[in-house]
Amino acid sequence: MRFSLLSLVRNAFSNHQNWGRQWRQPEPKKTYDAIIVGAGGHGLATAFYLASEHGLTNIAVIEKGWLGGGNTGRNTTIIRSNYLYDESAALYDHALKLWEGLSQALNYNVMYSARGVLMLAHNHHDVMSFKRHIYANRLNGVDNEWLSREQVKDFCPPLNISPDIRYPVVGGALQRRGGVARHDAVAWGYARAADALGVDIIQNCEVTGFKRDASGAIAGVETTRGPIATKKVGVVAAGHTSVVMARAGLRMPLESFPLQALVSEPVKPVFPCVVMSNTIHAYISQSDKGELVIGAGTDQYVSYSQQGGLHVTTHTLDAICELVPEFRRMRMLRNWGGIVDVTPDRSPILSKTPIAGLYVNCGWGTGGFKATPGSGHAFAHTIAHDTPHAVNAPFTLDRFRTGRLIDEAAAAAVAH
Amino acid sequence: MLLIECPHCGPRAEIEFRCGGEAHIARPADPSALDDNAWAEFLFYRSSPKGVHAERWNHAHGCQRWFNALRDTMSDRILATYPAGAARPNITTIEAAR
Amino acid sequence: MTTAFRLPKGGRIDRTKPIVVRFNGREVPAFQGDTAASALLANGIHFVGRSFKYHRPRGIMSHGSEEPNALLDVDRGGNRREPNNRATVVEAFDGLALKSQNHWPSLTFDVGEINDRLGAIFVAGFYYKTFMWPPKFWTSVYEPIIRRAAGLGQAPTAPDPDRYAQRHAHAEVLVVGAGPAGIAAALVASEDPNKRVILCDEQAEPGGALLHDVTSEIDGVPTSAWVKAAIETLDARENVTILPRTTAFGYFNHNHVALAERITDHLRVPLTGLPRERLWQVRAGRVILATGAHERPLVFADNDRPGIMLAESLRCFVNRYAVLPGRQIVIATTGASAYRAAIDLKAAGASVTVVDLRLEGDCGTELVAAVHAGVEVLTNHTVIGSHGRQRVTGLIVAKLDGNGAVGAPRVLACDCAGMSGGWTPAVHLFSQSRGKLRFDSGLDAFVPGASVQAETSAGSCRGVYDLAATIADGAKAAGGSRAVAASPTYTSFQPARIMPAPPGQKPVKAFVDFQNDVTAKDIKLAVAEGFTSIEHVKRYTTTGMATDQGKTSNMNALGLLAGQLATEIPAVGTTTFRLPYTPVTFGTFAGPNRGDLFDPARVTPIHDWAVANGAKFEDVGLWKRAWYFPARDETMHQAVARETKAVRTSAGIFDASTLGKIEVTGADAAEFMNRIYTNAWTKLEVGRCRYGLMLKEDGYVFDDGVAARLSPTLFHVTTTTGGAPRVLAHMEDFLQTEWPDLKVFLTSITEQWAVIAVQGRRAREMIAPLIEDIALDDAAFPHMAVRTGHIAGVPCRLFRVSFTGELGFEINVPADYGQAVWEAVYESGRRFDVTPYGTEAMHVLRAEKGYIIVGQETDGTVTPDDLGLSGLVGKAKRDFVGKRSLVRPDVVATGRKQLVGLRTGDLSLILDEGAQIVADPNQTVPMKMIGHVTSSYMSANIGRSIALALVVDGRRRMNERLHVTTPNGFAQATVVEPVFLDPEGVRLHA
Repeated sequence: MRFSLLSLVRNAFSNHQNWGRQWRQPEPKKTYDAIIVGAGGHGLATAFYLASEHGLTNIAVIEKGWLGGGNTGRNTTIIRSNYLYDESAALYDHALKLWEGLSQALNYNVMYSARGVLMLAHNHHDVMSFKRHIYANRLNGVDNEWLSREQVKDFCPPLNISPDIRYPVVGGALQRRGGVARHDAVAWGYARAADALGVDIIQNCEVTGFKRDASGAIAGVETTRGPIATKKVGVVAAGHTSVVMARAGLRMPLESFPLQALVSEPVKPVFPCVVMSNTIHAYISQSDKGELVIGAGTDQYVSYSQQGGLHVTTHTLDAICELVPEFRRMRMLRNWGGIVDVTPDRSPILSKTPIAGLYVNCGWGTGGFKATPGSGHAFAHTIAHDTPHAVNAPFTLDRFRTGRLIDEAAAAAVAH
Repeated sequence: MLLIECPHCGPRAEIEFRCGGEAHIARPADPSALDDNAWAEFLFYRSSPKGVHAERWNHAHGCQRWFNALRDTMSDRILATYPAGAARPNITTIEAAR
Repeated sequence: MTTAFRLPKGGRIDRTKPIVVRFNGREVPAFQGDTAASALLANGIHFVGRSFKYHRPRGIMSHGSEEPNALLDVDRGGNRREPNNRATVVEAFDGLALKSQNHWPSLTFDVGEINDRLGAIFVAGFYYKTFMWPPKFWTSVYEPIIRRAAGLGQAPTAPDPDRYAQRHAHAEVLVVGAGPAGIAAALVASEDPNKRVILCDEQAEPGGALLHDVTSEIDGVPTSAWVKAAIETLDARENVTILPRTTAFGYFNHNHVALAERITDHLRVPLTGLPRERLWQVRAGRVILATGAHERPLVFADNDRPGIMLAESLRCFVNRYAVLPGRQIVIATTGASAYRAAIDLKAAGASVTVVDLRLEGDCGTELVAAVHAGVEVLTNHTVIGSHGRQRVTGLIVAKLDGNGAVGAPRVLACDCAGMSGGWTPAVHLFSQSRGKLRFDSGLDAFVPGASVQAETSAGSCRGVYDLAATIADGAKAAGGSRAVAASPTYTSFQPARIMPAPPGQKPVKAFVDFQNDVTAKDIKLAVAEGFTSIEHVKRYTTTGMATDQGKTSNMNALGLLAGQLATEIPAVGTTTFRLPYTPVTFGTFAGPNRGDLFDPARVTPIHDWAVANGAKFEDVGLWKRAWYFPARDETMHQAVARETKAVRTSAGIFDASTLGKIEVTGADAAEFMNRIYTNAWTKLEVGRCRYGLMLKEDGYVFDDGVAARLSPTLFHVTTTTGGAPRVLAHMEDFLQTEWPDLKVFLTSITEQWAVIAVQGRRAREMIAPLIEDIALDDAAFPHMAVRTGHIAGVPCRLFRVSFTGELGFEINVPADYGQAVWEAVYESGRRFDVTPYGTEAMHVLRAEKGYIIVGQETDGTVTPDDLGLSGLVGKAKRDFVGKRSLVRPDVVATGRKQLVGLRTGDLSLILDEGAQIVADPNQTVPMKMIGHVTSSYMSANIGRSIALALVVDGRRRMNERLHVTTPNGFAQATVVEPVFLDPEGVRLHA
């Protein structure tokens, strides 16, 4: 049933008895044309675009737990595309353009809210780095503008721009098209839309191994619900990529770390945009529900426990309270962890692998949510054509051999 | 926050330490003898296992010495710590540590 | 003013201390010892707020931290205001100002109530299905409306006047919860005086549920006497710390538990110096969780009206606060514990009827006791609704027939109602400790299963509800035993997911999650739409995601979901329990880490002189560095022009103390240097310096600096200011883990030596009068040499080095003498008009010479060759850190960016650092960028702007005209060698 205000009203009269399932719960078939491992936003988007743009509808998304239960449902939903390098800007802006029409494309309100992402500069190095980004973005057709200290205050009045604090705000870079979206809705919207095109989404099914043919190419997967034959497998398992790929015998240039986030109790609108400070490690916005949504850092060690240390959270709240001293009396409502897979250059890998028919989309680190539509779109192309889309061509595994790294973090000395 | 047993100083809070990633990846004796793949493997490829993981720690705000730890990445329980250069204790499962 | 519902005696309030609090401006008389909730109820006020989505009138439902409804804005005066406080835990004091929230224009008349009428549309997840057209309207129209409607209270808008403290503690045993189990555990655990025991509890005083139990006895004494004696015993033990008003809210790895202690919120005037709250980080040998249990509400139509409360909470208000929540009370229950409440309320003078879903035969002794006490009991009855809008006026009940069919409804009039759907152990902290929960069908609850950390649960948080058993369980958890005789506890209940209702009842709102307005129907809808995982249901309906985190709602939601799926609760599982247990202020986390304490500021030994001489400072890492020294009303531009000119014409003096400094000593020191740096060190003579470049193993420039050989086995190494810690760590790592055979010691000496740079053609003459034991002439002490001796009587390591291109010295003296020597040198330089200069002038001077700064010309992706420094790479060396990476395909490929100089067409135009460079400014977007500006200044010495840049194949583009972005377009610039002044280096040897 198509979603609209009309259908909502019509169903209200029937006491909402007639809404159908948003997606089926199919049994796995014996054979698929392609299998996506991992039903997070990226995996579901990949399946959707495989079906909608490449005509592959006999495909399945296999998920160990429940769909959207990994980083898609655990992140702080920041969306932006003002990356430095041409390769990154192209990839993330590809995504941003898809965000702009995503609710309509999926017929699911993902609440993409272009309220602006403001990155704060605190010192000379920040200013130089931000200007480098702004100029590069301008020439790449990506919006990003420099704000003076006073303009920062105008755009986000709660911020403390006093020159007397330890790391005063000296200016900022603003991407107006940046913003946030409703994370769960992204997973659900893609799932519903993919399902409608015939994609099987199989939850509670873990891939335990890979089958190879005589040539060494992928022939299928072993799962906790039995073997499934296929010639193409795309692994989109985020923090668990290393574990899944190990089952195919591949080591990855990845490490998985706990990443924490938190929300406050809900309050009436008080914080109008997304603010990021890489220098003092503060990432904050306010959700439509009214909660302040705050990103914290990663722990320093590999872990799958989905629980980080208290010192990581306190460090982040130190910074939040410096930027907005009024928030000291706000209360943390909920703190949680995810597992993020991080590459040596902090840029993702959307790539073929040494195994024919096996593709991998991983390494998004702390910033993958924003790329969801673009990542799925480009990865679907890669799987369908066995060759990358132009926007993900540079994001190969091979770059670690050649040294052609795309090191946004080194270039900006920042986290994403 | 982890409680880490420095082999030289005893149990200390994690904030005194810096994690150095996967342990027992020895620097090749002659890097120039490695081809690009092997060098990339050494530089960048890491195992991130679910289960027992050998990793390097530095007691940065203490004795400043590097040592290794075996830790279960599912529970974060530390199964053993041992000085750099010592052989990895033969613990491959969490059960074996009990 | 009357407090009509205050009982004439009883309770734990202090009747000698009458107070007045305000609610929406109205005066509310109360007593010290009241909570906001008990004060309001004593005055007959139940209706205190509006729900999140439907803006339904809501009252006080509970008596503790699980409260979902009664959320108030609390103003303690002096900008001490914040929203969303649970009225049930706010301690009242005279003058406390309370306000209801989430309504407009007023609590009693709220426009938002329209949402309740439109409830048929505003079902779970409705917003995912609409507001999509036209696309631009989401951000501009729909979202702002939704945002304004959502959000409960108003965020604080004034800076917080309070301060917050933090404390780390170690304990052999941490006991969480000071109810009977926790007290028993603490008593046993602390018998050994060598065991440090911490007992914390979220309430203002220890005792837990015993604080409102006025009828039970333990070993023949009233519970209050037992608690008092036990606490006195614990208080007398020096190894025990009792922390009231302290919530254990987070259970982390390795028995690291976070507690939030609230210190001043209950005080009218906080004592000077007291922090508002304190974060305790406890590392415990063993944690004993005695966190109690929560009562479950019943799910029936309109179960949310003000006046409908949890049964045990009625009992608490009447016994602990001497408040009668109503005069005519109906208690709906599916279990025995509510009878205690009924009996106590009856004893306090209320008329009480119990409506029990259970058959008479399924009831225990509680039934007889209640009837005996004069309580009317209706067994085998269900509740199917309620009357009243802003206050309950009656419950609609119906008898069930032999087949469970609902009979004719009738209304039991009441002014207050209780509900009890059984008990849910508070397993939050256990779950946070990653212990595995186990479903106990006998208890109809999840209880702790196998522990993962050194932790034991005791008492009702693991389903042991009987008082005597609870005490024994607490003692056992602490490794002892304690058998007591105690009054029996009514514990059994019959789980009911939703109260039986007649078929075909018209659409109703039977609330599961009260605060978030999630109804049983919403859960049904979620399941119908395919959301079958409990995590999906939670997220789609938002059940359990309100500020109470589902303490009262989760089990009912799980039960309803299991029913919809026609399965059992264990098959559905449960959601993850997230910290914090109850909301904790940001201030508690941040503690004292604010203002100057946000991050330590490092200052040099010469800092005070710079301050006294008017320096402006900049942040470089943690350091405060003198940026420039404006004379009178000079601008920065003018000051820097003056400072840079002075260095080139006479002499300047510069505080270089922040330079990282490391001593590399030992028999293998030279070999170590060889392996760490790209260039060769073995043949460096004693008494000479060399500029070194350091790579990471990935081949990119990591740090640089001058190192001096002071003896065959001693190198004095300098690093960049920001790089010092990571360079030492990098060196230690290789030394300890890759080359443990090398006989080398590394010592950080950054803080040991102050460094005074004297630069300019007068530099030698300036320092000469202060030095007796070092020959300073060019022959004896050439450029890039080092000597030890004395300056102004102070031992020094004197480097003849230059980061300006002028004759220069860097004087290293022990830090304590730094300012004295600085002043002596400065005094000596007065005859040459020596000029102190800051980091900005330093940057300009070195850029004039094309000297790089790591972190400015480099960004972690730049190789030595990119910088034109391949001469510093020891080709003959077999190996050094990073060597192998320099021959990777992409690193040796053409098309890499190389360091060049840029001259703008407009001499006065200072390019933006970070500006991008293109060959053709008229191409279409996206443009091909070929480089960026790394450094850019106005050079007063050269009389024009200068810039350094990294440009693709830059060294092959000399004299090529390129285009550089400016705020408004492009500027022309010509590629030149990255040396703007004295390319032959004549001035170094002046």
